This record gives sequence, C-alpha cells and structure tokens, in this order.
Amino acid sequence: MKTTEKHYTLTRRSLLKGMGSVSLLGLFGSRMRYANAGSKVNMGFIYVGPRDDFGYNQAHFEGKSGVASQAWVNAFDQESVPETVEVQKAMESMINLDGAQVLFPTSFGYFDPHILKIAKKYPEIMFLHCGGLWDEKKHPKNVGSYFGYIDEPVYVAGVVAGLMSKTNKLGFIAAIPIPQVLKNINCFTMGARSVNPDITTNVIFTGGWANPVKEAEAANSMVDQGVDVLTCHVDSPKVIVETAEKRGVYSCGYHTNQLPLAPKGFLTGAEWNWTNVYTDYAKMIKNDELIPNLVRGGLKEGIVKSSPYGSAVTPAAKKAADAAREKFKTGNFTAFVGPIKDNTGKVVIPEGKSYPQRDLWLESMDWLVEGVIGSTKS
Amino acid sequence: MNNVLRIDRLEPLIIPMTALLFALILFAIFITLVGADPFGVFHSIYRGAFGSWFSWQNTLVRAAPLMLTALCTALPARMGLIVIGGEGAFVLGGLCSALTGLMLVGSPAWFAISMMMLAGAITGGLWIAAAGALKYRRGVNETISSLLMNYIAIAVMNFLIIGVLRDPATLNKPSTYPIDEAHMFVDIGNSSIHWGLVVSIVICLLLWFLSRRTVFGYAVDIAGGNERAARIARLPVGFLVLATCFLGGASAGIAGMIEVAAIHGRANTSLNAGYGYEGILIAFLARHNPLLIIPAAILMGGIRAASGLLQRSHDLPDATSLVMQGIIFIVILGSESLYGRFKIFRQQHSSERAVA
Amino acid sequence: MNGDDFSLLSVIIAVLGGAIRVGTPFIFVSLGECLTEKSGRINLGLEGNLVMGAMAGYAISYLSGSPWLGVLVAGLSGAALGLLHAYLCQQPRVNDIAVGIALMILGTGLAFYMGKSFIQPQAPRLGSFSLGSWSDIPALRAALEINVLFIVGIILTPAMAWFFKYSRWGLIVRTVGESTDAALASGFNINAVRMLSTMAGGFLAGVGGSFLSLYYPGSWNEGLSSGQGLMAVALVIFARWNPVNCFYASLLFGGAAALGPALQSVGVTSGYYLFNAAPYVLTLAIMVSTSSNNRVLTGIPGDLVNPGR
Repeated sequence: MKTTEKHYTLTRRSLLKGMGSVSLLGLFGSRMRYANAGSKVNMGFIYVGPRDDFGYNQAHFEGKSGVASQAWVNAFDQESVPETVEVQKAMESMINLDGAQVLFPTSFGYFDPHILKIAKKYPEIMFLHCGGLWDEKKHPKNVGSYFGYIDEPVYVAGVVAGLMSKTNKLGFIAAIPIPQVLKNINCFTMGARSVNPDITTNVIFTGGWANPVKEAEAANSMVDQGVDVLTCHVDSPKVIVETAEKRGVYSCGYHTNQLPLAPKGFLTGAEWNWTNVYTDYAKMIKNDELIPNLVRGGLKEGIVKSSPYGSAVTPAAKKAADAAREKFKTGNFTAFVGPIKDNTGKVVIPEGKSYPQRDLWLESMDWLVEGVIGSTKS
Repeated sequence: MNNVLRIDRLEPLIIPMTALLFALILFAIFITLVGADPFGVFHSIYRGAFGSWFSWQNTLVRAAPLMLTALCTALPARMGLIVIGGEGAFVLGGLCSALTGLMLVGSPAWFAISMMMLAGAITGGLWIAAAGALKYRRGVNETISSLLMNYIAIAVMNFLIIGVLRDPATLNKPSTYPIDEAHMFVDIGNSSIHWGLVVSIVICLLLWFLSRRTVFGYAVDIAGGNERAARIARLPVGFLVLATCFLGGASAGIAGMIEVAAIHGRANTSLNAGYGYEGILIAFLARHNPLLIIPAAILMGGIRAASGLLQRSHDLPDATSLVMQGIIFIVILGSESLYGRFKIFRQQHSSERAVA
Repeated sequence: MNGDDFSLLSVIIAVLGGAIRVGTPFIFVSLGECLTEKSGRINLGLEGNLVMGAMAGYAISYLSGSPWLGVLVAGLSGAALGLLHAYLCQQPRVNDIAVGIALMILGTGLAFYMGKSFIQPQAPRLGSFSLGSWSDIPALRAALEINVLFIVGIILTPAMAWFFKYSRWGLIVRTVGESTDAALASGFNINAVRMLSTMAGGFLAGVGGSFLSLYYPGSWNEGLSSGQGLMAVALVIFARWNPVNCFYASLLFGGAAALGPALQSVGVTSGYYLFNAAPYVLTLAIMVSTSSNNRVLTGIPGDLVNPGR
C-alpha cells in the first residue's frame, strides 16, 4: 500500500518534492496573507465538547493554552460546536471575523464533509484536522491532518495493568467500535499479554462519547465480574477512574492526567501532548515554512506521553513499562507482528508479516485481538 | 373603526416585541452580574447574527431546519395537541431519505431529490401520526409518547448506522454510504445558504395558507378550540388529528432530508443535534402560526450564530446562548397572558382569538 | 468459568445494584412530578431542575465542605425553578408544557454557565452504608451499598401515598387536580396549592440531581444527565400517578439502564443500542396497553384531561 504519509520530522522536505506548482502558488498566497496579518500568528481551535471535560477536549484546550503562551501567537477557541453546519459557520466566522490563518477543528466528525467544504472555499487558509486521513488524491492541499499514536502509551499502560492485575481480568469501557477505539483496546490487551499471557480484557461499549451513568454502570458490572484494572476510551474518563477508586480496583487514565482523581488505585495512563504539535505548527507558519499535510507521531516525537505512575505501581511493573516505552522511543517497535489472531480465532496478521506503526492499514482496524471479550458489532 | 382595527391588529406584534425587549434587559442584568459588559455583548450578538451579509448567511442557514421542526409542534398544537417528537421525525426522516437516495444513485437529480423528500416526509409524517393515532384511539398522552419516540428513533438510527447500514470507509465516524453528489442541494448563487432555506420558507407559507385560508384550517381551529363544538359540527376529528400530526411530522422529516441532502450527504449521528427540541420553542414563540415561525426561527438562528463570537470575543462560555434563549422563551411565554389585557387593543376585540 | 448460572446470577445482581444506584434519582424526580401532576399541572422542566440541582449540590458541597448542605441547596434551587414555573403557569393562557421546556433550557443553561468552574475540583461526596455485609459475594455487597437518599426515597414513597390518601392537605391537592370547579366550590386557593405542589416537586427533582453529582456517578459535568428528568415525567404516567408505583417504576428504569452494560460484561455483546432503548419502548408499550378506548386513564388527575383554565 502506497501512502502519502510522511514522517513527522522529515515531512517538510518530502512534501516539497511532492508538491505541484499549483499548490505552491496557493501556499505562496497564504504567506502573503500571514505577512499582512501582522507579526502574530492567528490560530483558531474548535472543540466538540466543553473545554474542561477532563478528557479529549480538555487535552486540546491545554494544547491551545500552551501555544497561546507564545507572545507571537494569537489563539482563540470555541467549545461545544456540534458536527453540523455549526462547525462550518464557526470556521468561517473565525476566518472572516477573527482573521484566523490556520484552523484546528479537533473532532473527528468535523472532517467530512465540513472541513472539506470550507477548505475549498478558502484556499489561502490552512485547515489542520485531528485524527483524519488526508489523502493527496482526494483532498484539498490546504487541508492537513495530525494525530498521535496514543496506542503506544496505552500499550505501556497495558504492561503495567498486566503485571498489577491479580485476577488477570482487565476492563475497557469504550464509546463506540471505531478504529481509533479498537486499536487502543487491542494495544492495551497486547501490552498486558506481552507480560502476562493469561490476561483477558472485557470490553463494554456504552454507545456514546459522554454518558456518565452508563459508564459508571459499566465500571461497576465489570468490577462485579472480577475485573481489577479499568481503563477507557470515552470523552471524559473522570467518572470511570473515580468509580474504580471507590470500588477499590486499579485504573489507567486516558486523554489527560487523572492521577489526582484516584491517588490510591491509579496506575498510569495515556495522554496527549498537543502543546508540542501546536507549537511546531505555529513556528512553521511564523517562519514561513510549508506545512506538512500529514503529521503522525508517538512517544518518540512527544505527541503523546504516559501519565505519572501512581503509588500502587510496583518497581517491577515500572521497570517493565519503562522498558516498553524505551522500545517505542526508538521508533522501530511495533506491536503488530504476526502471527496475530482476532478474538474469533481468525488470523488477521499472518506469521512473518508485521505492520509498522505508520502503516495506514492500522488506522482502519475493525477487529479485536485474541484475549479481548467483546464484539465490534452494534 | 378602521383606526381601532389597526391597533387591534398590532397587538400580536407589540406584545412579543415588548417582551423581547424585556427579556434582553433581563439578559443584560445577567451579563452584568457575571461581570461582562452588556453593551459589548449585545453589539457582538448583533454583529454575529445580523451585522453583515456574512452573519446573515450564518443566521439563515441555521434557521432553515428550525422552521420545519417548529411546524412539527405548531400544526398539531392548532388541534390542541402538544407534540414534542420533532427530533425523532427529523432523525428518521433523514435516515430514510438517505437510504432512498442510495437506491437512486445515478438517476436524474429532480427525480432523486423529490423521492428523497417524499421519503423523509412520509417517514416523519407516519412517525408523528402514530403518536396522534395513539392519542385519538387510545388516549395516550401525545406529549409523552412523542418524547419516548424520540429516544426510540435515535436508538434505532444508531443501531442501524453502527450496524448493517455502515459504510466501512467511514472509519471513525460511522455513517451510511454517501448519496450521489449530483443529488445534493447546492448553495443559492454565490452565498453559503443552501436551497433548503427556500424549501423551508415555502413549506411554512403553504402550511400557513392551509391553516388560515382553507376549510381544513378552519375545521382544525374549531376542533382545536372546542372538541364538543367540533362534534356538533360533525367535523372528522380523528382525521384532523392524524392529518395535522402527519403534516407536522412530514415537515420535520423533510428537515431531516434537507440536513442530509444539503449538509452531510449521508446519514449519521450528527442528525441528532437538537433541531427537533429547539423547534418546539420556536413553535410556541410563533404562537403556532406557520407564518410567524419564519421570523422566530431567524431570531433563534441568529442567537446560535452569535454564540461563537460571544465565546471568542468576550470569553463567555457556550452556555451563554442557552441562558439567553431560556430567558427569551420564558418571558415571551409569560407574555401570552398579556393578550387582551390592555384597553388600547380592546375596543374591537372579540373572542375569535381565543385559541390556546 | 462457572458457566451460565454464574453469568445469570451476576446479571441479576448488576441489575439489582443498578436499580438502586441508577433508580434513586428517578425516585425523587418522579415523586416530585407525581405531586405536581396531582395538583393538575405538568412540569416538563424537571430536567432543568435535575441538572441545576446536580450543579448546585456539587458546587455547594465543594465550597462548604458539606455534601448535605449541597443536597439542601440543590433542593432549594429546584424549588426556585418550580416557583417560576408555577408563577408563569397561573397566568391566563400560559401553557405549562411550553414553560416546562423553556425552564429546562434556562435551568440547564444556568447550570452549565455557573458550573464551569466546578467540573475540575473534587467535592466531598455523600457516603453510603453497607447492607450486604452478610453476603460473601462481593458483587452483591457492592450492589447493596446504600446511600441515605435511597432510604429517604423509601420513606418518602409511602409517606406521599399516605399524604394523598388520608391527609387533608393531600385531599386538597387531589381536589385541585381533579376539578377546578370542585376546588373553587370548596373555597381552595387553586393557584396557591399548585404553586406549593410545583415547588415541592421541584425541590425533590433538585435533590434527585444532587444524588447524581454527589453520589452516583458522583461528579459534576455537562453530560451528567442523559434525560433522566424528562424520563421521570414519562415514568409518572407509567406509574399511574401512584407514588408507590413511581418507586417501583424508578427501580425498573434503573435496572433497565444497568441491563445493557451487565449483559456486555458477561459476553452478550450485540444489540446494546437496543438494550439502551428498552426503558423507552417499555414505557410506551405500557402506556398504550393500559390506556383505553374511552380515552381516560385510570388515576389521571381530571384537570390534566380537560384543563379548566
């Protein structure tokens, strides 16, 4: 499979090679615009939920606040923007009324059709979307996507969970069965099974991104089933981490640092580090550099990170987790090395075949790995 | 006499306008209490909603679906029924029109668009008519049944979209397959307003004509005002209940179709964005008059449009526009009680306006 | 692997636990709505009271350090919204359902607005006590972790039933709800009765909200309520305006909400959207099957059928 993806640190040069003259003209135009807008870089951020949700949106908001601390950056944002015509209008307002030069609409559902439609209308503005797949053949040149391999710190959390679990049962509370979620479930499980092959992971889909009552119920019923480490992929992990603490089981966080919420049972977690990404983008714009259309990175590039260890984590578990993290930081490690079976017994990655982290095949994952109890069907 | 008649006519205009002004004063007090500058805020609302052609487009494009979902409450309300099932009719109308569109890929645009609109209208219409039928046949409270049906409709849509109807290429945002691009609504001229706005306004006008200028409309008003009178006049009450519910549901279903055909190009969970619920309040604001729904929807669309600017230029949270909407609705609903209270409007006032 | 018996047992325990944990806010909101509707008004805005109560309870608990003070303030905030509802609805031609929806928007709007700064901090929560220490099944012990508010709900239910049936005040509320003419003939102040009933109902809904934020799930955020306040209104009809039935129906709804996750946790993995919709389908089915062709529901306050404004 030939992809248009570029390595995070190499992107600019390789992109220059691939660019046609038309797009170069477009980017030239945008440089002019930046120069006119004065010395500040104007960046607009859009979130699908409230910016202090202790989760996905907060992570982006922290990234925005991080980049806004640069004196030459003017960053503004808008929260709770639904994935309807609202987001199209929010983007246009930021361009027309606030003079945004680059927009970061951060919810996956913003991409198609909303960003694609507005980007065609404003070719001189850069639209950078979190999580989407920019395709050179299909999508406008002023659109890009960025995402972090958060499944790497999730895998590391799985290692800790696998060593800390006494019942060998882990619990994963997820919103809906989409590739980003399934990849996290699989990596958590593979991380745990890499140190403890007896581990199984129970999955509960709540059917929505924010439903605290259902999440708490899911957490309770899994603990009742003997699960003793809980983690999740929902918009806000707060309720789940707190429920785990109340029930006296371990928890691994997600999106942001939830250690303060569960001082006894928190193990570690996977966090975004968007400040890095946003600051890099801002510098590229300031220095008039070309902006790469596809940015990906993991622990090595510092786009994602692990949460600090909780007090319960044993030295042995810390050591194993640190070792796993070091492997990821070399940039050569992948968990997806054949033979890998899914949880129905079908071989999904045959013996001898392996998929490096940057392979886009992994971003369309629709299976659950062996050891996961759950199904991708609705 | 003419002079008196004109003042009488002005009552439905002056009372809501005064109420709106009063609501804005209350909102200004709230804004002051939370420490922001009310004049700056109002200036931003004006700038974001109506201050330029750009913001007008923002406002109108948001108002379009609200006009139709408001009809879903307004029409049955003329029969004395309070239906709040617009969200369900919207979602299912959108889903079924998208499925219809999928079956018609490649066919002529006029045909596909009419069929999709028909599918949306029939689905939404039957959905709300079912609530009407339950009311008429079994006495089931239509407000609660239509509310429950909203949840059921959303669950059915989610189930199907994550399940059998899912286009596997829609990776992280489960959706149906896309409809033919040639069957999408385009924008009017070089504005960013799609033709759905025109469709919405035309439907409002048609239903206004139906409810104010036809025998059917008079029959509905009589039956809605007094069921006993309707029975004495041998009006087909059952038919009127079903018909008004069907027309209301059909309007919301068409709104769902427009959302699919003008915005998303496919059906997905974004259809469930609360247009149905917002429509209920617009219907009450407009006193269930399909013609007044148009400005009421534009007003609410404007508040939504301004919400972003409030966040960005005044650092107010997104809930600000919710507070403002709440205050406006409460004051305007409360102002209902003022009708007929002022002498100046009273001279020629008769009881013909006494429809709740 | 203990086989199917174990799975079935654990699903039952989870549903029991869910009935208690998830059901408690329903108990309060539905009892509150029951009281309001008995007096002849529908307050569809209790969702707003619930969210407002959840925010106010959490905020006050955080600021004062006392969760019970939070519960009280949550109730008072609900009563204030109830007062507004009652005041508006006693004006001529004002529609109670529309005002309810408007108050729902205003209540959630104000709660979201004022609640922004309370999403992050951790407030002291309400405690619980264990009724299950006799059992050696940990799941059962967890299911029988009982919060005092649930006990309050258990006490309130028969108390309210008694109130309607035997007390003079209950009789007044029922008379006002049954027939405005009869109430006027008896010399009752209809507006005052309805105002007090709506305020008391709003108080209970606010307390129900504080249970959400201060006990289960026990945290304040904007997605906290997924329409429990709206559902409770449906639940009252389901319960035929009978407080005891409201209690059972609340437990049923709570249990139904727990069913989906519980089934998934034992490996029944498909159809969760449909399981999630089960309470709504059930309510609708019961509403249809228990209503009758003569169009009058048993137990419905007469003035809700033919409003005599």
